[in-house]
Amino acid sequence: MTERAELVQNAAGRMVPAMVNGKPQIPYLGVAKYQPRGRKAAPPVRSSKDYPDNGDKRVPDLETALRKCGPRDGMVLSNHHHLRDGDRVALMMLEAAAKLGVKDLLWFPSASFPSQKAAIELMQSGVIHHIEGSMNGPLGDYCTQGKMRGLGVLRSHGGRWQAIQDGEVHIDIAVIAAPTADAFGNADGSHGKSACGSLGFALADSVYADNVIVVTDNLVPFPCIPWQIQGNNVDHVVEVDSIGDPAKIVSGTTQITRSPDRLRVAEYVARFLRDAGIMRNGFSFQAGAGGIALAFVDYLRRMMKEDGVKARFVRGGSTRYLVEMLQEGLTGYILDGQTFDLDAVKSIASDPRHVPTSPFTSYNYHGKGSFASMVDAVVLGATEVDVNFNGNVVTHSDGRLLHGIGGWQNCLEAGCTILAVPSFRDRIPVIVDEVTTLTGPGELIDVVVTERGIAINPRRQDLLDAVKESSLPIRPIQDIKAEVERICGGKPVRPKLGDRPVAVVKWVDGTVLDTVWQVG
Amino acid sequence: MNLVDLQRKYMTSSVEEKSAGSGEAGHCGRDVRSDVHVAIEARDSGGLEITMQSRVAPYYGDSIVAQARQVLDVLGIKHARVELRDEGALPFVISARIETAARRAGLGLGRKASPETIALPEPSPRDRLRRSRLYLPGSEPKYFINASLHGPDAIILDLEDSVHHAEKDAARILVRNTLRAVDFGKCERMVRINQLPMGLEDLAEIVPESPDLVLLPKAELPEQVSETDRMIGELKGRYGITRPIWLMPILESALGIENASAIAQASKNVVALTIGLEDYTADLGVAKTPEGRESLYARSRLVNTARALGVQAIDSVFGDVGDMDGLRRWAENSRALGFEGMGCIHPGQIPVIHAAFAPSQAEIEKALKIVAAFEEAQQRGLGVVNLGSKMIDPPVVQRAQKLVEMAKRMGKA
Repeated sequence: MTERAELVQNAAGRMVPAMVNGKPQIPYLGVAKYQPRGRKAAPPVRSSKDYPDNGDKRVPDLETALRKCGPRDGMVLSNHHHLRDGDRVALMMLEAAAKLGVKDLLWFPSASFPSQKAAIELMQSGVIHHIEGSMNGPLGDYCTQGKMRGLGVLRSHGGRWQAIQDGEVHIDIAVIAAPTADAFGNADGSHGKSACGSLGFALADSVYADNVIVVTDNLVPFPCIPWQIQGNNVDHVVEVDSIGDPAKIVSGTTQITRSPDRLRVAEYVARFLRDAGIMRNGFSFQAGAGGIALAFVDYLRRMMKEDGVKARFVRGGSTRYLVEMLQEGLTGYILDGQTFDLDAVKSIASDPRHVPTSPFTSYNYHGKGSFASMVDAVVLGATEVDVNFNGNVVTHSDGRLLHGIGGWQNCLEAGCTILAVPSFRDRIPVIVDEVTTLTGPGELIDVVVTERGIAINPRRQDLLDAVKESSLPIRPIQDIKAEVERICGGKPVRPKLGDRPVAVVKWVDGTVLDTVWQVG
Repeated sequence: MNLVDLQRKYMTSSVEEKSAGSGEAGHCGRDVRSDVHVAIEARDSGGLEITMQSRVAPYYGDSIVAQARQVLDVLGIKHARVELRDEGALPFVISARIETAARRAGLGLGRKASPETIALPEPSPRDRLRRSRLYLPGSEPKYFINASLHGPDAIILDLEDSVHHAEKDAARILVRNTLRAVDFGKCERMVRINQLPMGLEDLAEIVPESPDLVLLPKAELPEQVSETDRMIGELKGRYGITRPIWLMPILESALGIENASAIAQASKNVVALTIGLEDYTADLGVAKTPEGRESLYARSRLVNTARALGVQAIDSVFGDVGDMDGLRRWAENSRALGFEGMGCIHPGQIPVIHAAFAPSQAEIEKALKIVAAFEEAQQRGLGVVNLGSKMIDPPVVQRAQKLVEMAKRMGKA
């Protein structure tokens, strides 16, 4: 951004740009305060007669496919990130676009990864104007140093669906990497040498983009069964040798943390769910694939067995640990948002109770309800949490971009939202006076669990009452913070952030929650 | 060696060995956490030149440099080049590393840059619960701060086998600072010193900080205990310490086992005997097995001696941190032999050990009934205690009382 954007104060007291990448914004109004009206966005009308009767939509290569979609400067190209750091298709797409001589693209991935750092050169050469999607590693640094021409826009998984559905972002061409597909464009992620499990993040792109290209390295004769992406939404199919590096798509085995301190956090979380009465027959929970979350699942599973308790469903981030619970009958279903390891991929491919979901079913603000608010408890991480229970997941305490939001914001809707965090990392306290970047409002964060104690949000008197008799170390958040500051030798100095926005954090409804400022 | 000799040796040795006027201490690198590498180069003039790199520089950089200046001032160092490469070390670690580097450079001798001391916990009772004691290598600062959260009955700051020979001086200073600055909650604060005579140097550094108990390794002769005890007494007198510092000799050889009784009686401060099985089996020339048949005699004899002399019998450690079933079997067997606790080398072992040393619910219920019957008989002035149709002998009552007492301390009755 060359011109200085006008800043306005939002309902959380944060200064946010009034315009982002040339579009007027609505500053955050508060939880569930923004009620958009109007009609949903839609792709152009098509006629099936314009597509081959034999259903064969193959074209020789991606460049040809892009050319057929009518490339132009400034268009929006999208990808999903189910292949994680192993993805080859996004760069393949961007480089093909570069060859076609297209400039000023908005690249709209559901997330970017360090292996895609070549996108920096494409930004420098003018092919990409800016990225809207989570950035970390080299891309994150490029953005926080203020080198990107546009503002980064960070959205949750649900927020990305919301932006597509209400037309805030209109995708010109979606390029969908598919571990298995047929020539008609039906596609799925659970089979093939590059199998990644669910393809849920690509679903919105397939339905709402003007043009949809499926790229696969495992072309099967029609029909591709099962199909999560419907060929009826797909314009072209491209066959390539490899869509990604299988070793980086899924981890062989997910590892539980071995740090005794983090195991303690995980055990406290599980005991909290048990002692608060949340762990009961027919309950549900969601946990990610971070080290503490995995260990939590392992502890909870043991407690469920001891007490003879079964869950109706669990939501993932699926891993071996959830799969084992499914196989042991400890949960009826896995509703899977993304599939992290080989055991989980095998399970989703073979067990009908392990079901792929999408941000539409789970997280979408414009849906008629979403699964997230129906989950009894969710266990999440954070880089910082403040004394008002506000959370930060997107930046380091020094203001540099660290993570995407993922489903984190959407999950805050759960019945009981738990942040499981160490009380300090390398002398840096995790509980602070005020988070560097507001990613989740404190009114939605119920419990902060650390190795030194558990803080319950005073807004949740019901939870405070529920664990009154428990032997768990329930403490005021200020108390834990003071102890950690004593250990660390005083409050850390607040790093000086720049006064120039480099990215914005959207709330789940599309309003602007906070600003990421230039650093260094 | 008496205290005066020792102090003389200890204040001059560094000067004799290191005349170059430079010294280093601590560790840095990508995989290092909670430590700091300090390099000091003495200068004749020019004041202090301090350079600092830290992964926490944006938050604590100024504070680290200020602390370095303060420590150097306390050590009386006016002119030096000091380089700090910090990996998120806590303040008590930073000052220990600077002091160590300074001593190694032959600077600040005879001075200590001890951190402010937190309030000491209550003195440790002689017969307190000692089911688990968690070993913490004395040269690894990252383990200290959260050790007590895992709930062992005691933590051991180890200066002996887990510390490399070249790091003994550094560990001593670090452990001293740790005793002053780290809150170990309800844990008994133990230190394992080195064998004598090096152990005496350890004592000179740590006794002023009032550890609750000193573990004396490779104890074979009563004189080792009495010399240790005498040195502790001398240092306590010098520093005006009145609270007890207990002793736990570790028997690690055939001779040690033979002398168990004399060792236990060598000082009234001995509260427990324990055994080190790695060295003991090596001394016997036999393999250490998971069943421990080869050490059954030694362990039983230790239990018997300890009981006879009214001190606690504490078992060795179980070395395979991945084998929780093996640990549980070992610990249950250990309790059955008469031991009251054992060592841990990983926090994950603590709950397994506590469960194994806890009386079972059925045992507790039975004991509670016996105690109730005894108390009722006392009230009614009866000499004979009956429970149902059975007459209960006095030793059974005693055992039941002991078990109920133990269960209460473990929060189980």
